[in-house]
Parts: sequence; C-alpha cells; structure tokens
Amino acid sequence: MKRWHIVLFLAPAVLIYSVFSALPLLDTLRLGFYTTNDAGVAHFSGFSNYFTILTDPAWSSAFWNAMGNNFKFFLIHLLIQNPIGLILATFLSLKGLKFARQYRTFIFLPTLLSVVIIGFIWQLILSPLWGVSESILNAVGLGAYFQPWLGEEGSALITLALISVWQFVGIPMMLIYAALLAVPEDIVEAAYVEGASAWRIFWEIKLPLILPTLGLVTILTYVGNFNAFDLIYSVKGAIAGPNYSTDILGTLFYRTFFGYQSQIGSPTMGAAVATLMFLVILCGVGAYFYFVQRKLTRYEL
Amino acid sequence: MKKNICKPLSAFGVHCMLGGYTLLALFPIVLILMNAFKTKAAIFDNPLAFPTAETFFLGGFEKVIAKSHFMLYFGNSLTVTLASLALILLFGAMAAWALSEYKFRGNRILAIYMMIGIMVPIRLGTVSILELIVQLNLINTLTALVLVYTAQGLPLAVMILSEFIAQIPKELKEAARCDGVGEFKIFFQVILPLIRPAVATVAVFTMIPVWNDLWFPLILAPGEETQTVTLGVQQFIGQYVTDWNSVLAALSLAVIPVLILYSIFSRQLIRGLTSGAVK
Repeated sequence: MKRWHIVLFLAPAVLIYSVFSALPLLDTLRLGFYTTNDAGVAHFSGFSNYFTILTDPAWSSAFWNAMGNNFKFFLIHLLIQNPIGLILATFLSLKGLKFARQYRTFIFLPTLLSVVIIGFIWQLILSPLWGVSESILNAVGLGAYFQPWLGEEGSALITLALISVWQFVGIPMMLIYAALLAVPEDIVEAAYVEGASAWRIFWEIKLPLILPTLGLVTILTYVGNFNAFDLIYSVKGAIAGPNYSTDILGTLFYRTFFGYQSQIGSPTMGAAVATLMFLVILCGVGAYFYFVQRKLTRYEL
Repeated sequence: MKKNICKPLSAFGVHCMLGGYTLLALFPIVLILMNAFKTKAAIFDNPLAFPTAETFFLGGFEKVIAKSHFMLYFGNSLTVTLASLALILLFGAMAAWALSEYKFRGNRILAIYMMIGIMVPIRLGTVSILELIVQLNLINTLTALVLVYTAQGLPLAVMILSEFIAQIPKELKEAARCDGVGEFKIFFQVILPLIRPAVATVAVFTMIPVWNDLWFPLILAPGEETQTVTLGVQQFIGQYVTDWNSVLAALSLAVIPVLILYSIFSRQLIRGLTSGAVK
C-alpha cells in the first residue's frame, strides 16, 4: 500500500507549525546562550545572560519585581476569577432557571473584545477626570473611598488584574458550566430522592466530578497570565508604571528585546528572558500533569 | 421526574446575583457606546445619560474616519482572521485525519509534538520569529501575520478535529474504499463535509485570539498599511488621548462589529464552546 498520501496530509500543518512555532521556540532557547557584541555578531557565551539577569543588581531587581507582580496577577485571577466563574456556572446550570441563556450570553460578551479595548474602556471609567466611578460611588455613599486606582503604585497592579478578571470570567464560567452539564443526571436525582440538600449535592457530588475541569481552568489561567502583555502595555505602556509597579514578565520581555529610553534592546537578552518565562510556564504545566491530572483522573466516571 | 431543584425564594436570589453580574458585565460597554454619540460637554456633565436630541453628536466618529484609516485596519483584521481560519481549518483537518485514521511509525510522537503548541505560548519564540520574518522579507505584510497565527492555531485545531473525526462511523470510509475511491477523494468529499459542525468550535478558539491580538501586529506589522484594528485603535488613542469624543468613537468602532457578529452567532458560538469543552 502506498503511504505517500499520509505525508501529503500531514505536510502543510507540520511544516507551518514547525517553521513558525516549534523551531523559533527552540531557536529562542538557543539564542539565550549567546551574546551580541557591538558589531552585532553573536557568539556563544554559556549561561552569562542568565547570570546577568539573576545576579546583576539592576537586572535581577527588575526580573524579580516582574516575577513577583506576575504571581500576584495570577493569584488574583485564581482566587477571584475562578471562584466567581464557578459560582456563576453553578447558578446557570440550575434546572429550570429562566433567562439562563441570556445571562450566559451577556456575561461572556467581554471575553470577545480585545484586551486593548477593555483596557482603554476601564481607564476612562476609572479616570478621575471623567468622574464616572466617583459619582457612582457617591451615589451609594462610598465616594470618600474613590482613588485614582490605576495611577497609584500600591493599587495599579491589583486594579489591572481585576479588570482582566472582569473581562475573562466568562471562560472559567463556560468551561465549568459545560462540565456541570455533563454530570450524569441520575446521580443527582438519586441523591435528591435520598433527601440530600442542593448544597450537599453540590459539594459532595458535583464538585468532585468537575475537579478535572477546575484543574484545567487553573492551568489555562496560569499559562495565560504568565504570557500576558496586551493589557499592561495598552494601559501603562512598555514602562509598566508607576515605577514598574505593574511590570510583568511579558512587558519585561518586550522592553529587554526592543529597548526603552536609554537601554538598547537586545535579542539575545530578550531570548534569555523568554527562556525564563518558558521555564516558569513549563514548571506550571509539568506540575499540572504530574500532580493534579494524575490525582484527578480517579474521579472520572 | 423533572422537579426543579431551585425553589421560588432561592430562585429570586439566583436571579439577583446573575442579573447583577450581567449588569456589571454590560455597564462599561454600554457606557462607552452611549457617550460616543454625545457632545463633549454632555460627556462630562452627565456621563450616565443616554444621548438626547440636544446632546447628540457624531464629531468623534467623523474625526476617527478622517484621521485614521479605520476601514483599512478593519479590512486588514478581517483578511488576517479569515485567511488564518481557513488555513487552520483545512491543514488542521488534513493533519487530524492523517493522525487519527492511519497507523504509521511516529504517529504518537507527532501527535504529542503538535500538542505541545497548545500549552506553550508562541509568543515566547518572538525573537526568532521576528528574525525569520525579516529574512523572508515579510516584515510589514499581512502574510507574516497569517503564517504566525496559523502556526498558533493549528495545535488546538488538530486536537479538536481529531476527536471529532474519530467519531465518524467506520462504515462510511470503508464503503468508499470498497468502491475504489482514493484517499484524497475520501477526505475532501466524505470527511470534510462531515466535520462542518466542528468548524464552530475551532473558529471560536482560533478567531477571537487572532482578531484581538496586539503583540504580533505590534512587532511584525506595525506599518500604517498593515495595521489591524487592535493596533490601529491602540495607536490612534495614544495620539488623541485628550480628545474624548475621538477616543470614545474609536473604542465604539472597535466594539460595534464584534457586537453585531456576536448578536448573530452567539448561539452557535456558545454551543461550539461548551461542546468542545466537555471532552
């Protein structure tokens, strides 16, 4: 039997994926071990880029600042976005709920819009110049608490993370909703007939059954957050102000690669930062597969 | 027995929560849209009011259309998104078919190789992608974006389509093979029409990130001629920050097409999303 048709079926996808995704990634990992001299010639330099990033005072403080901010960014998503998604999905999956489709459609809407657009929209809403948030807070008697949250060092990162949570809550909601629909009805009915409360049915039957989905949501959030860039860049620019308080790995990578102000961009240093991001993401994905996924499969029906 | 689990009183609470969250989700978008059609004075005097006959004003939109090439950006985004989607669907389906239908050496390894792209973001390879695009002389072209987005979307498409193709009954293929139909004809005339329902799922997962992306347009195609809507709006607003009418109009112009498409396709889109996620 001739097998050449298999090659023809596979060739376009494998080629495009290899040339524009897999090989550039490998090449980036390689470039991280090179340095460019003033003439622009790259030469092998071992771990010197990583040494600079992790030990040079200027570099390491920037790197760990971005890393810490990125973890905060992720934790806010994990602790706020995913629980809200779970609650909304649980409500939406209640049997006989009216308008469920409308709620679902509207709550999912912000997810479809560009992060850039969402960033600008919230920037306007939170702007003290326009005063919309202030007047709304005044209306409910909380006007005194208004601050230009996006502009202050202590609150800018949290505010940006909450904007992102607001936008993307629809994704965990949909994934968990789909998982809840897949819970076999007869189990729930049986528990109900036995007199179990809705609360107990949720905690002891539904939640264990959707744990794999919660694991998936967590790792998707993790990868998405450690790869984030657009929101910070569009609201705060590449400098990620005020005073780098909103700098995350994506913006640090961009600045390192393309340069900013007095610092000249460096592809090799950029590649080293990208490699470190790759390792961070790899650790998360690895942990997910080795611990979470393996432990969770036993709950699957 | 079909007894409702939510009782009347708790149903009211559930509606309060869901309704409240729906308002929270819609409010910022509605606020921007209604203020985009108002005069500057009205925007600041009463941001929460709908435009009235006195406050109605289209100057912001006129300025955006005059000072930026919005229709060009829109066309660019549309071209890039549709071209990427077409390539992802066609090549993804071909690869998914080969991987799930034929037994050959290295099949599993190749499948795993493709799957890596789902978890590892393509952005991390940007340094080398830029270098490659420069070498290929594709900088500031839409082709560069299409190629990169196709590479980005293929892994997930192959996974979703493989699962879908695996569910196609064996008899269909065997019957065609008995009649002496070639493998290519089987794929294009039997399989491809059958996977149409999966198109919605793949489209949801590939189109939205492509349409909304800022990173690759910013790095690979920042030229005036090749800007996408996301990049164009970002640059426009950067220039006209203090002109509230223009900023609101630019944001609305970016939002309205998505709203129109969503109002038409939301049902298919959500079905595609939830059916793809059950796996």
